[in-house]
This record gives sequence, structure tokens and C-alpha cells, in this order.
Amino acid sequence: MIDQSIIVKSICAATEEVFTTMLGMEVKAGAPYQAKNRTDPIDGVVSLIGLAGAWVGTGSISCSAPFACQLSGRLLMSEFQNVDEEVLDAIAEITNMIIGNFKTSIEERLGPMGLSIPTVVFGRNFSTRSIGTDDWVVVPFECEGGCLEVRACLAPARTPQHVRHGFVQATPVST
Amino acid sequence: MAVDVLIVDDSAAIRKILQRVLKQAEVPLGKIFEAGDGMEALEMLKSESVNLILSDINMPNMDGLQLLGHVKADSRLARVPVIMITTEGGQAKVMEAVQLGAAGYVRKPFTADQIKEKLVGLY
Repeated sequence: MIDQSIIVKSICAATEEVFTTMLGMEVKAGAPYQAKNRTDPIDGVVSLIGLAGAWVGTGSISCSAPFACQLSGRLLMSEFQNVDEEVLDAIAEITNMIIGNFKTSIEERLGPMGLSIPTVVFGRNFSTRSIGTDDWVVVPFECEGGCLEVRACLAPARTPQHVRHGFVQATPVST
Repeated sequence: MAVDVLIVDDSAAIRKILQRVLKQAEVPLGKIFEAGDGMEALEMLKSESVNLILSDINMPNMDGLQLLGHVKADSRLARVPVIMITTEGGQAKVMEAVQLGAAGYVRKPFTADQIKEKLVGLY
């Protein structure tokens, strides 16, 4: 098993490095917590990446649409008023770097893992669900008036070739 | 001599950032080509000649290490330096890239200076 504090430490280190190096922004980590699969509806941007190896799971980041525009603007030295293709691509790359560095850090304990191509979802009133495990470690961050959550769920693979574990569904929430 | 560069990354954001970094670097820059994966890069290299390739590793269709293998196996391209720029920071991936003939390895997130340092040694 892996200690939750190691996951939190790895998420914090990866997020701080990406924000400092690529965005020129300082992030402040809030109190980490554990959460079950999200059932409450989300508004904004969620970006997800699958992790697969002897351990499998998902890493994600989520934030509001205006903060996604702000982060993308810093990354690309541009200005965005709305979430468009460029913003989605920028958020995907930020996720790739944060979860990629998180993965490198935990590989020392959990063995080699592969990283999927990021999937970014933007909308209102939707929820995400990870099939197979529902214990997420969540680290909230504050940065220049915006909030960002970095989440990770990991569990030992049932079999080395198991592929569905950690697969993420995005489902509309009925109102 | 102007340096023609091929940037290979499935992220348009990273391709844009690398273009900006290259323009700031003290390298006599020529044309800049872009490809979204290894397959597209190989297709482009059939008709365009470049002096430098900057490539991600994790990409759909054909990843950066496969691309590196193809480039080094092609006598027309083998001498073109390939620098890997990737989130894959594990020692095994670095070793694999070096063994395949990568001229450099930069881990994302990167600073402009880290990219420029790799270029200084080449030109």
C-alpha cells in the first residue's frame, strides 16, 4: 500500500513545480482530504489522465472556467475570455505535466506506470466517476484569487493487463 | 547556416511555447515545422529537411521514442539531432532515449533556459 501522505506530498511538489516553472505563479496548498467518487454536479473544467501499471488509477485537475482561462493565458502569454480549443489544450498540458511528475515521483514506490493522453471536459452540471475505485486524495490549491483541485485515486491492479480500472466516465446530471 | 526545426508534440500549447523559446534562443533560426505525433512527423520528413527535431514522448499513433528509432535508422535523417522534451522523467525512459540516440532530454515543466542550454551545444 502507499501512504496517503506520500500521495499528497507528491501532488503538492508536482503542482508547485509546474506553476512556478511554466506559469510563473505561486500556489498555496490547502488542507488535503479524502473523497469518494464525485456525485455533486460540477461547473467548469475537469481534466483527467489514466495511470496504468502494477497500480492503476486516475489523476485529475479541476477549476472554474475563468480560472482555466487565466491559467491558459499565463502558459501561452495570451488572453482568453472564454474556454475554447486553445484553453482546453493548455489545461490538458498542465494536467499532463502535473500528473506526469506525480507519476514519476510515486513510481519509486509503486513501480513503472504508463500515462494516458489527457481528456478535458468543459461544461455545466456534470459529474465524473472512476470505475473500480472511489477513494480519491484531493489537494485544493489557491492561486492569485483562483482555486484548483488536484485529485488522484490509485489501487493495485487486479491483473497486470486490467484496463477498465480507473477508466473515467463523464455523465450528465439530471435536474 | 539557418537551423530548420521540427517540433513534434500532440499539445498545440507546447508547440506554441517551444516556438517562442526557439525565437528567443541564440540560434540562427530558419523554418519551423510542426507535427502532432510521430507518424505525422515522419510523413513531414519525407518532403522537408530539418537540422533539429524537438519531440515529446507520449503521443498518440506513434510515440517519440518510436519516432527517434525511425529517424536514427534512416541514413538521410540519422545525423539530425533529436531532443526529447517530455513529462516522462523516469531514469528508464531517459536511458532508452539515450540508447536510441537522443541528443538531449528535457523534462517538462521546463524553463526557456533549459531548452536554450541544449541548443548551445549543438550549434
